[in-house]
Amino acid sequence: MNYSLVVDVTLRSGIADPEGATIERALPALGFSGISDVRAGKSFRLNVEADSEAEAVATAQSLAQRLLSNPVIEDATARIAGAN
Amino acid sequence: MARIGVVVFPGSNCEYDAASAVTDLGATAEFIWHTATDLNGVDGIILPGGFAHGDYLRPGALARFSPVMAAVNEFAAAGGSVLGICNGFQVLTEAGLLPGALQKNRGLTFLCQPTTLIVSSTNSVLTRGATLGQELSVPINHFSGSYTCDDATYERLYANRQIVLTYKDNPNGSRGNIAGVANEAGNVVGLMPHPERAMSHLLGSADGRVLLAGFVGLTSTLSA
Repeated sequence: MNYSLVVDVTLRSGIADPEGATIERALPALGFSGISDVRAGKSFRLNVEADSEAEAVATAQSLAQRLLSNPVIEDATARIAGAN
Repeated sequence: MARIGVVVFPGSNCEYDAASAVTDLGATAEFIWHTATDLNGVDGIILPGGFAHGDYLRPGALARFSPVMAAVNEFAAAGGSVLGICNGFQVLTEAGLLPGALQKNRGLTFLCQPTTLIVSSTNSVLTRGATLGQELSVPINHFSGSYTCDDATYERLYANRQIVLTYKDNPNGSRGNIAGVANEAGNVVGLMPHPERAMSHLLGSADGRVLLAGFVGLTSTLSA
């Protein structure tokens, strides 16, 4: 099976996020209120050939740890977006 | 005469400055392409500034997997002198040869300006020729230079005197004003400022000489 996955990479809690903070500060000027804890991150989409969803997620999680994220400052989570 | 290898990744752009600086100090420089699998028996390695592999994903994230990095790893493990300048520092943290990580600058702007550095430890191949507390004028030129690490790492760096250079006026939000760190043994060092651009009073500062002279092992050749 070919699974479509999404990997989300975000800064770990406690790590300063100047991009997220800047976005949050801009929101009141646009009329948005009550929005807090904005965190900027990255999203990757990829297809994985695997025998099961669990195997596809494990593969994506492994490459997310090794390459897509820097574990010193970032968390990565892989999830299934769909199967073809 | 010390032979210094300057590693060139696709997107490196400070390799000639680095080679010129060490040559000026009496060493010889040779370029090592990132696909090389051995280091030709050089006495020291510099990972220069630039945008290795376009800085895609994160600065240093892809360079860390270049074939040459296996040889650099081995060289460092055997006690060889390794210096990462700017992008080279980012590569060394991504490769796990130095602790911590470099994040986007606090103000989200690219910074290109002179900075005043304070020598915070002489326990490294870069700072061994300098004096503790010495102030050095060395320029920075980066977007992702804000040094970060967790509390335990910071305490360990501090206790082991691995924080070798700090900013007098923190320009980028680095934790503890850190501009450069060394590994525990002091043979691997990374810094965001560019000592190779501070080699002559005619060009604004010659304070990079004391650092690079220490690195090439020629601490006596400090005249500008």
